[in-house]
Amino acid sequence: MSSPIKFLAQKHRKQTAIIAVIGSIYLLSSWILNFDSFSGFTAVPRAFNWLGVNFFPTSASVELLPQIWKKLIETVALAVSSTVVAAIIALFVAILGSKATGINGYVHVVVRGIASFFRNIPLVAWAMILLFSFKQSDFTGFLALLLMTVGYLIRAFMEIIEDEASETMMALKATGASYFQVIFQAVLPQIMPSLISWVLYMIENNVRDATLVGILTGTGIGFVFDLYFKSFRFDAVGMTILAIIIVVITLEVLSNQIRKVIL
Amino acid sequence: MLEVKHLTKSYQKDRPALTDITFSVEPGNFLAIIGPSGAGKTTILRSLNQLIRDDHGQILLDGSDIRSDNKAQLRKHRRQIGMVFQNYNLVERLTVIENVLHGRLGYKSTFAGMFGIYSEDEKKEALDLLDKVGLKDFALQRCSELSGGQKQRVGIARSLIQHPKVILCDEPIASLDPASSHTVMQLLKDLTVEFNIICVANLHQIDLAKKYADRIVGIRQGKLVFDEESDMLSEEILETLYDQTTSKELK
Repeated sequence: MSSPIKFLAQKHRKQTAIIAVIGSIYLLSSWILNFDSFSGFTAVPRAFNWLGVNFFPTSASVELLPQIWKKLIETVALAVSSTVVAAIIALFVAILGSKATGINGYVHVVVRGIASFFRNIPLVAWAMILLFSFKQSDFTGFLALLLMTVGYLIRAFMEIIEDEASETMMALKATGASYFQVIFQAVLPQIMPSLISWVLYMIENNVRDATLVGILTGTGIGFVFDLYFKSFRFDAVGMTILAIIIVVITLEVLSNQIRKVIL
Repeated sequence: MLEVKHLTKSYQKDRPALTDITFSVEPGNFLAIIGPSGAGKTTILRSLNQLIRDDHGQILLDGSDIRSDNKAQLRKHRRQIGMVFQNYNLVERLTVIENVLHGRLGYKSTFAGMFGIYSEDEKKEALDLLDKVGLKDFALQRCSELSGGQKQRVGIARSLIQHPKVILCDEPIASLDPASSHTVMQLLKDLTVEFNIICVANLHQIDLAKKYADRIVGIRQGKLVFDEESDMLSEEILETLYDQTTSKELK
């Protein structure tokens, strides 16, 4: 009976060792980087103080609101349109590729590979690569967001189909229903709530990401942010950030409400 | 008449899931398949409508072999075989009547089936069947709002609207409370007689199998151990079916 007790004592020793190792890795890396932990931490309050003073929106920056607002709407529209188009493409590909509804195992592996490829190239890299072909335009941003979103959604939709629709699919197949009947009568109705939930989540994400892409492509709210930032108008930058935060939170609240209704 | 002859299946080489299973059922009869978990009950049932492809043997429905079907023939065979599942396998987001009407898909053109276009007669029949299973007032409810017993009765109505010769029930009452279990079993028994269909059910509850089934088939490690009238089933036969190793371990 002593072995479980010995096991627990050993587990304790292991945990202590792991914490010690992590601690020494931290010390070693700060030494390599010449990072002084103490002055680093004490600088934090001063840094935030500086940010608070310089980035606080003033009455002058409030006057810029209409312009910020207009660009922000452009950015939201970009995010929504790219996500919706991506969702349509992804649904089609996911049906062809999922284990439950797909053509065969070979196609499944290929589709997973393609999805992973689009997903794992960082958004910024997509945007910079596409800049060569499509120049600084809204379309470049649209395409960059689209490609990355397609990568995420294919993977998500395939898993949703496999998890949520396999059982009902089997039931309809057993009645003698044909492939397309099963897809339209069982798979699509069954997965619709999860599908919409994912699309809403990607829209929230893409509004944030569209800002970043905008800095590179020179469009939307990203461009405005970049412009103010590079001309040292930090109060206007603060105003822009505030507007973005408000829009993102509003979208989140809105999509949570939609989820509550559909789920 | 449903005849199963020499049915054999293995998922992995040298590990047979089913070995030489042979039995037959006449219309109007309720057959229960019992046996320990993993014995191969589900494999038998799913072979009967070829959701699982078996390796050898014959499955004859009124003399024609389901196993040699091409795609179109299999579809025609499947629509004569209803299926009821442990987890009901309904489309939870759709209404009760929509789920019942899914049983008609095997008879419809692909287009009409895809968009759920059903005739007035089919809709009326769906309502009649819902009345029969005691869910007349639930036609427009979402299936997700029903209790387990009610869902299973929707599943039964869905299989009946196929005008089946056979209904296969894969653990139909394993997720239900005792009262609902009896309702569902009684319903299956009555419908088997009323529509003169063949009902084959996998069951874990021996007492319920004895009470409602006409005949009981025992499966152990992929082999048919006995095939008896349910009143003839004795304790000795049952002991050959279930391993006693668990009770030995506890001692």
